[in-house]
Amino acid sequence: MKSKARLMQGNEACVEGAIAAGMKFFAGYPITPSTEIAEIAAEKLPRVGGKFIQMEDEIASMAAVIGASLTGSKSMTATSGPGFSLKQENIGYAALAEVPCVVVDVQRSGPSTGLPTSPAQGDIMQARWGTHGDHPVIALTPSSVRETFDLTIRAFNLSEKYRVPVILLMDEIIGHMRERVELPDAFEIEIVNRKKPTVGRDQYLPYKADEDLIPPMANYGEGYRFHVTGLAHDETGFPTNSPAMADKLYRRLMDKIEMHKDDIIQWEEENTDDADVVIVSIGGVSRAADTAMKQLREKGYKVGTFRPITVWPFPEKRLLELASKVKTFVVAEMNLGQIALEVERIIKDKAELKKVNKVNGEAIYPEEIIARIEEVL
Amino acid sequence: MDRHEIRLSGSGGQGLITGGIILAEAAILEGKNAVQTQSYGPEARGGASKAEVIISTDKIDFPKVRDCDIFLSLTQKSFDQYSKGVKENGIMIVDESIETGDSKIKVYKLPIIHTAHNVLGKPMVTNIVAIGVVAAISKVVSKEVLEEAVLNHVPNGTEELNKKALEIGYSLGENAVK
Repeated sequence: MKSKARLMQGNEACVEGAIAAGMKFFAGYPITPSTEIAEIAAEKLPRVGGKFIQMEDEIASMAAVIGASLTGSKSMTATSGPGFSLKQENIGYAALAEVPCVVVDVQRSGPSTGLPTSPAQGDIMQARWGTHGDHPVIALTPSSVRETFDLTIRAFNLSEKYRVPVILLMDEIIGHMRERVELPDAFEIEIVNRKKPTVGRDQYLPYKADEDLIPPMANYGEGYRFHVTGLAHDETGFPTNSPAMADKLYRRLMDKIEMHKDDIIQWEEENTDDADVVIVSIGGVSRAADTAMKQLREKGYKVGTFRPITVWPFPEKRLLELASKVKTFVVAEMNLGQIALEVERIIKDKAELKKVNKVNGEAIYPEEIIARIEEVL
Repeated sequence: MDRHEIRLSGSGGQGLITGGIILAEAAILEGKNAVQTQSYGPEARGGASKAEVIISTDKIDFPKVRDCDIFLSLTQKSFDQYSKGVKENGIMIVDESIETGDSKIKVYKLPIIHTAHNVLGKPMVTNIVAIGVVAAISKVVSKEVLEEAVLNHVPNGTEELNKKALEIGYSLGENAVK
């Protein structure tokens, strides 16, 4: 049998994963370093009966994605920092109107146009709080080409299950890197679809949640009557100014994710059992952290790694457990300290926190993490 | 563990990123692990660009080259920018037009651009000549598998030209190590 192994780029794996998850609609406005996602989606989507639209800008592409999803099509857009900023308004709309969709942000150096072709991880907090108001969000961060495939599928599944926009937070290193992958067969892949109404058309209330806090979702055009708005709304979907209804809605939106945290949160850790120092990192930087950890272990240092796969919600419970036995966390990230803020909030003074930050457009090198840890040990 | 870190550098538009992809794919065809990354400026042509390939029989964590075993450079600008970090027992393969200065590292100076432009008459195959030279000198991948990978990546109708470019590049490299 011929090996299934092939060389694949991270951005390409994202499209392959999206199509495997059932993506039928993509609207975008190409931007480096995410452009290949739009290019490959344009080529592949029509072959699976899907639609690709290049819109006039990022705001419109996010709006198109929301509209397509309301009709029942699994929908995605892809961008980088400058475009991610523009999409924020409609990401908020998707959060409030509970429209499942996937937004890929292949991070580059910023703010503004920044260093367009260089890697960065400066959008961690924007992924969480980029749109205004309290809102639920899920953000996933792959650190390999294969994981980009897997997490794109998971992003669709989580967005369908919880009716939220899910951010696939990549970085230029992972997006543009090519490496050896073997993709699974279709029958090995778990696909989740949004919950459909079980009541008759005359009884359907589009924003009446079940006990799991998630309302079943009818497709536009199926004959169910519903209204979608960015205003606070009651169970019918029509606007309301009622303080009681608004309070109920906003709390449910946040609780919807809080209640299911254990189902959503994922992380990976290695050699943490006996570790004095644990390196915390995501995405492309985790590859440097792995190399650093192995080289330090060879020298006899007790070093482990902790990698949030869901950066939002953050794997808080596990990090707190580790904080009771680890001496120092070294947070390495291609920004000036965003994940470090979250780690600091969680560990408080239970362990020491050190940072490795880089914003010059180059990757963080393993030797830079090693040097920082050798200062600590 | 058998590991090779390769950096291909030149000017944007010379096709070295494609060259890196082909080398990485050849390594995968041989059953090895390979990672390819790149770095380039905002311009579509010109500037200094580099493609990096790591080939290993082991898992590859950090994907960028840190201890370069094989360095290729086709322009002075890319040589000046990217030649640091080549191991003392590594090799440098440079176009004949490049001034390398004094170096403890083994340098092969070869007419790569001249061969593509004047012998083959097609500047667009400079990258294929170059990876032929790299494979012949370094033996990171076999010639047969490299040819298969080249043919997977070139446009229809250019197969013979690219096979010839690879052949000539390979001979250029073989003669240099004789």
